[in-house]
Amino acid sequence: MYEHDVIVVGAGGAGLRAAIAAQEEGADVAIVSKLHPVRSHTGAAEGGINAALRDGDSWEDHAYDTMKGSDYLGDAPAIETLCQDSPKETIQLEHWGMAFSRDDDGRVSQRPFGGLSFPRTTYAGAETGHQLLHTMYEQLVKRGIKVYDEWYVLNLAVSDEEVPEDRTCHGIVAYDIQSGEVSGFRARNGVILATGGPGQVYDHTTNAVANTGDGVAMAYRAGVPMEDMEFIQFHPTTLPSTGVLITEGVRGEGGILYNENGERLMFEYGYANNAGELASRDVVSRAELTEINAGRGIDDEYVHLDMRHLGEERIIDRLENIVHLSEDFEGVDPLEEPMPVKPGQHYAMGGVETDENGETCITGLYAAGECACASVHGSNRLGGNALPELIVFGRRAGAHAAGKDLGTAEITTGKRGEWEAGEVDTPVAPGAVRGTDEDAVADGGKAPDGGAVAATGDEIVTRAVDAENRRIDRLMTKEDGVQHAEIRSEVQKSMTRHVNVFREKDGLKQALRDLREARERYTDVYVNDPSRTYNTDLIQTIETRNILDLAEAITLGALARNEFRGAHWRKEHQERDDENWLKHTMLSWNDGSPELWYKPVILEGEEKTYEPKIRSY
Amino acid sequence: MSTQVPETQETEESEAETETESVPVAQQQRQQRKTERRERVAERERERTEEEAASDESRYHLKVFRYDPEVEGKQEPRFDEFHVPYHKGMTVLDALIYARDHFDSSLTFRHSCRQAICGSDAMFVNGSQRLCCKTQLSDLEQPVRVEPLPYQEVVKDLVVDMEHFYDQMEAVEPYFQTNDLPDGELEEQRQTRENREKVKMSTRCIWCGACMSSCNIAAGDNEYLGPAAINKAYRFAMDEREGSDMKEHRMRILEQEHGVWRCQTQFSCTEVCPKDIPLTAHIQELKREAVKNNLKFW
Ligand SMILES: Cc1cc2nc3c(=O)[nH]c(=O)nc-3n(C[C@H](O)[C@H](O)[C@H](O)COP(=O)(O)OP(=O)(O)OC[C@H]3O[C@@H](n4cnc5c(N)ncnc54)[C@H](O)[C@@H]3O)c2cc1C
Ligand code: SF4
Ligand code: FES
Repeated sequence: MYEHDVIVVGAGGAGLRAAIAAQEEGADVAIVSKLHPVRSHTGAAEGGINAALRDGDSWEDHAYDTMKGSDYLGDAPAIETLCQDSPKETIQLEHWGMAFSRDDDGRVSQRPFGGLSFPRTTYAGAETGHQLLHTMYEQLVKRGIKVYDEWYVLNLAVSDEEVPEDRTCHGIVAYDIQSGEVSGFRARNGVILATGGPGQVYDHTTNAVANTGDGVAMAYRAGVPMEDMEFIQFHPTTLPSTGVLITEGVRGEGGILYNENGERLMFEYGYANNAGELASRDVVSRAELTEINAGRGIDDEYVHLDMRHLGEERIIDRLENIVHLSEDFEGVDPLEEPMPVKPGQHYAMGGVETDENGETCITGLYAAGECACASVHGSNRLGGNALPELIVFGRRAGAHAAGKDLGTAEITTGKRGEWEAGEVDTPVAPGAVRGTDEDAVADGGKAPDGGAVAATGDEIVTRAVDAENRRIDRLMTKEDGVQHAEIRSEVQKSMTRHVNVFREKDGLKQALRDLREARERYTDVYVNDPSRTYNTDLIQTIETRNILDLAEAITLGALARNEFRGAHWRKEHQERDDENWLKHTMLSWNDGSPELWYKPVILEGEEKTYEPKIRSY
Repeated sequence: MSTQVPETQETEESEAETETESVPVAQQQRQQRKTERRERVAERERERTEEEAASDESRYHLKVFRYDPEVEGKQEPRFDEFHVPYHKGMTVLDALIYARDHFDSSLTFRHSCRQAICGSDAMFVNGSQRLCCKTQLSDLEQPVRVEPLPYQEVVKDLVVDMEHFYDQMEAVEPYFQTNDLPDGELEEQRQTRENREKVKMSTRCIWCGACMSSCNIAAGDNEYLGPAAINKAYRFAMDEREGSDMKEHRMRILEQEHGVWRCQTQFSCTEVCPKDIPLTAHIQELKREAVKNNLKFW
């Protein structure tokens, strides 16, 4: 068994920042990551980091824009923390040497982004995430922080109390991908999940293949609620054949969207008469799909994004990476032709419920970054707000786990504060399939056998290791069955078909039926590759189970929410309904089936209350 | 439980039955699943053998390196052939994924971002180091040979051990070091546009290892820092914010026996770098700096 004060799961922007912060607080910290840190998906971020750095801008304005962008589903304490801490954190990166783009006076450059009232998106060409990830990894090397890279985290080791709020996380169980060894990792102070987004729930996504929502699923099965899972962001400009992202920076710099008739659609059809192409992402994604559905799309599939008029010099200065992406992945030279684009899955606003210190309702368990939901994005994230989220909440989670006093959180987690029960009319029973073979689904987060309340942390970790060994043995010894790839691709197809930008009741119900079928088939899943060395077949099989839980949560939340808010559009409900729906969707894993409940949104900030207004751009 | 399940009588019943005495239903279901499963396996097998036979032009012919120290039959390296249905825009990575998901789930390779930024899928394709996700099948002659990066230890199939590469990267103190930080935590260090332009290309490295694997000298001298690590050092040495003392310190690391002078200007690293980093030029520039500063050289 390995032992550290703080264990960070995941080495993207959030995980790296958390580890550095924990170490600064004097903790012995280690990172466990299924990818080597520099391979994490944060490296793919293009556009930039929002931070109020300049005269004429303020964190209050940033907070206001973020709340409006969230369609009033963000929690004010989290949003204000994000906007207050972001300038300092961004400059901290600059002090670590990050190669930001520069203005003539040598200061870092900023540019306009969708939904922002000030050009406050700080950037490094169109490769901000790459620069950010590498800069932070360099700091890790400098500090000699221990990284267990290519270790796949299988599960959390959490005590067994009846009520999740009474449980404690004592560590994790991980699998050394290269050697096949399964080991326990004991965390004396805390475990921080920073496992990134769940893009692989969909088949057309900007996310990496490794983004399978592992952390969210592990926390969920250990008893932490998933929050606001129905709010999935679809980015309006992804390349049609691969889902590779064309940054919002293109529109920020002045790129224009055209339909098949060469009309500037955002204005021509009144989708956003003021902001045009720079309206927020949900608005632009719907606009494009409406055009396509009305027969004004190109090849019935996409629209055009044109940046030729910006001139080669400006394009190369600020968007060079886009020229390469468009050429390499779509065969289109954007200096010569407009780029084909369509909406694609991009970001999960929801995730592991945390407070503004990154803590969950289970003692010693934290989450930060895209896998977490401190509720800064509400129902729609503004472009450029995820990278500050990584560094702001990564740092807070790391520091808090290492024992720093960040003050009492204003956001309550778990079923401690005000909450109400939810109802949803599902066509099939959601949750685990109770097969005859218990090990088939034996992957609950808690230590598997009861009466563990008195057990020591070490025992709880050991027991979790045993359970994971059993799960792996079963998957590996089974002679034949279904392969994960089939199940995964069915889930992805159904989600893309039914739980996409446009959603309607019947489709959502169909998705639930499809997911049920997939779950049933999963009870028969097996691993074909007999080897313990670098067994990607095994890892993907376990990831697929996580994808299933997340897909179901997204769909259940979407079916229950009878209103139209932010990224969540419902055919039957075309109005935002503040009276009934100014609340967060919560799903708790209760003995194998999801329990739906709600908690109120916090609109009271430090000095003012954010009054919901009609969101127009 | 607050989640209502109105339309589910069917499911609820069958669930209850599975758990209690009604074994026949469970058995039947199991039997049925078994049959389905057998059909699927047969279907996959059919698909595969049909493809093996067909010289269908819409399929691409791949020869893929296989090796697994643990599995009988794979302990001796060999090549497996796959015939993958082609669609426009298909990359080598797409083809490998197809082969794995449809024909042989034990086929092992690293990949993640599929957009040339994570650096995990550099391989030896038709005799040259490339990122599979960035390489169009249509640019390659058939059969397409996919092998692990040369001169690296193979872990399994197309996966190589990257430890040595990481060690070399870390040997050059790959982190920003300056004693000259502004006072205020909100005050940034200034950097001219020109200076950022100068280091820009060097900051693009994605640690894919292609350059190192293409370099004859690195292959023969295990201690040679290699093009990627030298480029990493260049990134900092040329950054005006680090100051001259630090630059001298960096130059001393680069001038050691297994540093810049090992490079014989063969350009192979520059040729294969998927990020178009002018590696050889950077190494040459550092050599000139070394001479210019009149520091120790040999
Ligand atoms: C193409 C693209 C462009 C974007 N552009 C922008 C932008 O311009 N501005 C902005 O603000 N946001 C942007 N975003 C969003 C932002 O980049 C992401 O939300 C953010 O990078 C996520 O970071 P993370 O640290 O949470 O996760 P990731 O960077 O995805 O890292 C996840 C880590 O967890 C590890 N991991 C996962 N599961 C396991 C497991 N089971 N065991 C062990 N380790 C595990 C992985 O190895 C990885 O290290 C973009 C996103 C994409 C996809
Ligand atoms: S320098 Fe180029 S080839 Fe070498 S590791 Fe970096 S990106 Fe790869
Ligand atoms: S898959 Fe990331 S570089 Fe190719």
